[in-house]
Amino acid sequence: MPTILLLGAGSDMAIAIARRFAAAQYDIQLAGRQVAALQPLQQDLRIRYGITATVHHFDATAYDTHVAFYGELPVKPDITLCAFGYLGDQEKAQQDWQEAARILQANFTGAVSILNVVANDYETRKAGMIIGISSVAGERGRQSNYIYGSAKAGFTAYLSGLRNRLFRSGVHVMSVQPGFVNTQMTQHLNLPPLLTAQPELVAGAVFKAVRSRKNVLYVKWPWKYIMLIIKLIPEFIFKKLKL
Amino acid sequence: MQKRLANWGNYPAITSEESAYSQEEQLRSFVVANHGFIARGNGRCYGDASLGKHSLSMLKYDNILSFDTVAGVLETQAGVTLDQILDIIVPKGWFLPVTPGTKFITVGGAVASDVHGKNHHVDGAFSGHIIDMDVITGDGTTITCSPSRHTDLYWATCGGMGLTGVITRVKFGLKKIETAYIKQKQIKARNLEEVVRLFEEYKHYTYSMAWIDCLQKGDAFGRSILIVGEHATKEDLNAKQGQAPLQQPAKPRLTVPFNLPSFILNTFTVKAFNWLYYGKNFKKEINNVVPYEPFFYPLDAILHWNRGYGKAGFIQYQFVLPLEQKEGLIAILRRISDKGWGSFLAVLKVFGRQESLISFPMEGYTLALDFPVRKGLFAFLDELDDIVLQYGGRLYLSKDARMKQDVFWKSYPHADRFAEIVQTYNPGKRFESLQSERLSLTK
Repeated sequence: MPTILLLGAGSDMAIAIARRFAAAQYDIQLAGRQVAALQPLQQDLRIRYGITATVHHFDATAYDTHVAFYGELPVKPDITLCAFGYLGDQEKAQQDWQEAARILQANFTGAVSILNVVANDYETRKAGMIIGISSVAGERGRQSNYIYGSAKAGFTAYLSGLRNRLFRSGVHVMSVQPGFVNTQMTQHLNLPPLLTAQPELVAGAVFKAVRSRKNVLYVKWPWKYIMLIIKLIPEFIFKKLKL
Repeated sequence: MQKRLANWGNYPAITSEESAYSQEEQLRSFVVANHGFIARGNGRCYGDASLGKHSLSMLKYDNILSFDTVAGVLETQAGVTLDQILDIIVPKGWFLPVTPGTKFITVGGAVASDVHGKNHHVDGAFSGHIIDMDVITGDGTTITCSPSRHTDLYWATCGGMGLTGVITRVKFGLKKIETAYIKQKQIKARNLEEVVRLFEEYKHYTYSMAWIDCLQKGDAFGRSILIVGEHATKEDLNAKQGQAPLQQPAKPRLTVPFNLPSFILNTFTVKAFNWLYYGKNFKKEINNVVPYEPFFYPLDAILHWNRGYGKAGFIQYQFVLPLEQKEGLIAILRRISDKGWGSFLAVLKVFGRQESLISFPMEGYTLALDFPVRKGLFAFLDELDDIVLQYGGRLYLSKDARMKQDVFWKSYPHADRFAEIVQTYNPGKRFESLQSERLSLTK
């Protein structure tokens, strides 16, 4: 059976993705900082779907542990999905470098560090798929969340470069731009229902996109066009907008 | 997130700030940091028990923690719904020990309402099958309680409508089955007298309930159909069913996409009943073997059937009267049928004995029917409450959205003790619902 590694497995999106792939009889590797908090999900996946689920300690910002982390996985995963991230507080991050650094590391440098390791292995083996959950916030910087947005922009660019590099090795890289998702990370926000996806919808879309080897996945279709319009606004106008 | 919330009766509907978490430590932090909120499951209680200005949705706290397929013991987090559980346990030869008429409720909700099913007279309510459970109480500590540990918390949590704390984990025993089918018997009863006698005659059956036609008068007053059943054995199945005895045949689901004018549902139920009663089969008794879904969850097949009652919503009125008070049952049914405001059909069931602190069931007759919300309804229901009180009965908190305070305090014999325990684990109204405020259950 194929195996999928979920980095940042405690998030609502990762939980939904784990269940979706487990339902299709994938074995699941759950990796995150709080191993104990992942154990109930591990049990759940085993009982509901009869698959093998394992839990692994992983800290996205402990860069020097990443080689060992990947090396010690009992089975090398067929798919690696990077779901960790941190929305943070834009205003705080403007004042407080600790907050800004945390946003950059959790959304960008941490992902680069671990995916470099995974990419090198997949390239050698000429097999595997890498999926990164990025964000539409990375498509153009806006005053309300440009620190998070710039980290995600970096991640999106990294994924696109990686896709380019690994193409010749037969390794596929997919970027996911979910748009608004109803998760714990966003539950304090009042999001527009028509543009907001449930984690299960994201999971279903990712699963389908894996089969069709999509390059860039927008979960709710209006986002593709919303972002297209946002990207087309000339900078001399854009800079005056309150976004 | 600000959300428009209502339970199954669509009355009342409020705006609530809702939060949801998937990890216990997050739930604990929320409990410690917040005040005046209530945990909610899938919103299938009918009234205002799980409604509050602030609510904690448990639907993301939904892992299955262990399943002992040999002993038949299941342990889950509180947000898992019964339909998910059935999908897992039925193929392994196990069934829920007790199930209400919908499978779309959470385990936490099953405990908080101490739900009963068609087998109450044999197997009791849900609380009778709990091995142990965890509750995050007012000070943020998780307490494991059971019939032998922290018994005060245990008994006040079963049927306690979420007021002792947030139920997080429940471990309970399952019922062994050979097949996913029910061997059912439907018997026509000409009137109330006869159906009461039939309940007695068929009380050895594990499952029983009756549909009563509320509109009949005279000799046919209380004409009904008694439905009894047992889990089918492999020998009971036909060849096709026997090929996969623990699977039920797949069926498409219907849904009511929006609120319909309120007469529609009654028209539906009238037809269904008449079909059963007069339809192709004039026999007194029909015997057949059916999958468990249509037997236990006939209305679940029509998702959102509650919308059939229109935008104003409805009240499901469910009371229980002691066994010796058959006259009370007749008196109330007469009032209902004279008024003509209720649904055409009501569900009648005989409960067995149950020891409890605050649970609804007691040995006697329980009747449930729907009343679309309209002008004058609440005054009428107050009159019915008086009759219920007069005959020593009580109302089901999970269905209630409007009972007056004194009706509750007069009808639940251990209400004072319950409120005392709630006060111990939930001082200062940390857990609070519209219902607890209305009935003054918390201090």
